[in-house]
Amino acid sequence: MQKDPRCKPQPAHKGLPPEPYDIERVREDFPILKRLVHERPGRLGKPLVYLDNGASAQKPRAVIDAMVCCMELEYSNVHRGVHYLSQQTTDAYEAVRDKVARFLNAPSRENIVFTRNATEAINLVAATWGRCTLEKGDEIVLSILEHHANIVPWQLIQAEKGFTIKVIPCDDRGVLDLDAYAALLGPRTKLVSVTHGSNVLGTITPAAEIARLAHERGIPVLFDGSQAVVHQPVDVQAIDADWYVFTGHKLYGPTGIGVLYGRTELLNSMPPYQGGGDMIASVSFEGTTYREPPYRFEAGTPPIIEGIGLGAAIDYIETLGRTNIAAHEQTLLARATARLEQIEGVRIVGTAPGKAAIVSFVMDGVHPHDLGMLADQMGVAVRVGRHCAEPLLARFGLEATARASFGLYNTIAEADALVEAVLAVKEFFR
Amino acid sequence: MVNDPFGDLRDLYQEVILDHGKHPRNHRHPPDANHEARGDNPLCGDRITVYLTIDTDGLIRDVAFEGRGCAISTASASLMTEVIRGKRESEARALFECFHDLCTKDDADIPDHGPVDEDALDRLRVLSGVREFPVRVKCATLAWHAMTAALAGSAKISTE
Repeated sequence: MQKDPRCKPQPAHKGLPPEPYDIERVREDFPILKRLVHERPGRLGKPLVYLDNGASAQKPRAVIDAMVCCMELEYSNVHRGVHYLSQQTTDAYEAVRDKVARFLNAPSRENIVFTRNATEAINLVAATWGRCTLEKGDEIVLSILEHHANIVPWQLIQAEKGFTIKVIPCDDRGVLDLDAYAALLGPRTKLVSVTHGSNVLGTITPAAEIARLAHERGIPVLFDGSQAVVHQPVDVQAIDADWYVFTGHKLYGPTGIGVLYGRTELLNSMPPYQGGGDMIASVSFEGTTYREPPYRFEAGTPPIIEGIGLGAAIDYIETLGRTNIAAHEQTLLARATARLEQIEGVRIVGTAPGKAAIVSFVMDGVHPHDLGMLADQMGVAVRVGRHCAEPLLARFGLEATARASFGLYNTIAEADALVEAVLAVKEFFR
Repeated sequence: MVNDPFGDLRDLYQEVILDHGKHPRNHRHPPDANHEARGDNPLCGDRITVYLTIDTDGLIRDVAFEGRGCAISTASASLMTEVIRGKRESEARALFECFHDLCTKDDADIPDHGPVDEDALDRLRVLSGVREFPVRVKCATLAWHAMTAALAGSAKISTE
């Protein structure tokens, strides 16, 4: 079906040459980057230096336009209307499933389940596959790097079933100990669920190797790709993931949309997650039958507008090129790392080789919370605290860190602004 | 300072706070403490434990704390230990009510809580800058919440 001709936002970067990465043109695509912060009568604002991309990324014009366009011109409910707009919206929304499948190199669009976010995607697997499969005496393997989103859903099922949770340790750089991992796998191990990229340390885990070791023993593996998918290309077939989850809002898309990739046989074996409209084949009070995956797991009206926004985000990223984005981010990481390391009293936490563009650090005599608040006065937005990864912080003997996480629109000047802010904070507390 | 990048925050990070933040008073674990409670602020990673030594007649003979948080929470804990030592439990609670208002309300909106130690309250006024920064109110009141929790908890026999 034809899209409304008014509904075709100009792709700002059609045909952008891969080299050089034109950061100024990229920044033009993000309206929010033009704003000032801490602006008020009598005081000039500060340019926004947004280094909290690991928490959530800003949105390009293409995403904003796609969502507005959907609401202004193409909006209706999906999957259930015979009318023109419903068909148009359904086509647009379902096209995003194809895009996500290509983005992850999934074998088929049927492997892609839409969720609210990565957290819900993991909860979905825990509540369906986990509840049906895991029993007392079983073991599952997580890692010390996990975000709470890949710990707590398993603990909720653990409370019902009484299985044991084993934890892969990491070394002082934040690299997972694969020998220890291999030793944790045993006849009782039923699942491995680990992050593909640490939100605190930036460590990219060796997903293919993790999966290979598990698969040798017939154990399925779930990867939390929330951070990894943002910083590098991901191929779920190449790493041989059984499940792979990510969230839209960290990928320059909107909040409220996430993705669960699942291997076909596994999705087929999983019972529904929530009940309601759209996920059923037939309903009667005597008994109800459910649709095939992925729809079986998508009860109720889905996040239509958000899904369309995610599709636009993926288009945008593909236009820039994930390899180009990764290369650009690595220059920012190198700059920030080299300069922060030179500041006496500053220690970077997480130094894994090949890490993503995330720098966690602590500073002698200055609590991260104070550092973050003072840096913010200079316009530099970083995250401070435990980053929803308390066990990992405890592993490093820390109560909190400050974290700068770079995105595709950050500049070398912004990496320097971070360093200048850290120096100013150090001077403030001297 | 004209070019002070932190101009807006000078009211919050006053010298007294920086001093108590860097050199907290009564930062120790008294062996004879008979009440204690932990304060935890997961948002920013502050974790402190407040220790009280309370006489049989309800007089707070000693107050101390352990753990570190941000400058605001550490300074607030340090100042608290100084102002509630020698107070009755009821006086310490009343002081917290006044202090909480100081951290959250404009002066004009602060209700009368009855007689309190005005000198103590004056010393705590240095923390009233958190009013402008709602996320920091939790930092300023963390030790006080732990202190009231310690008061509410049953007396513990120290094993040390």
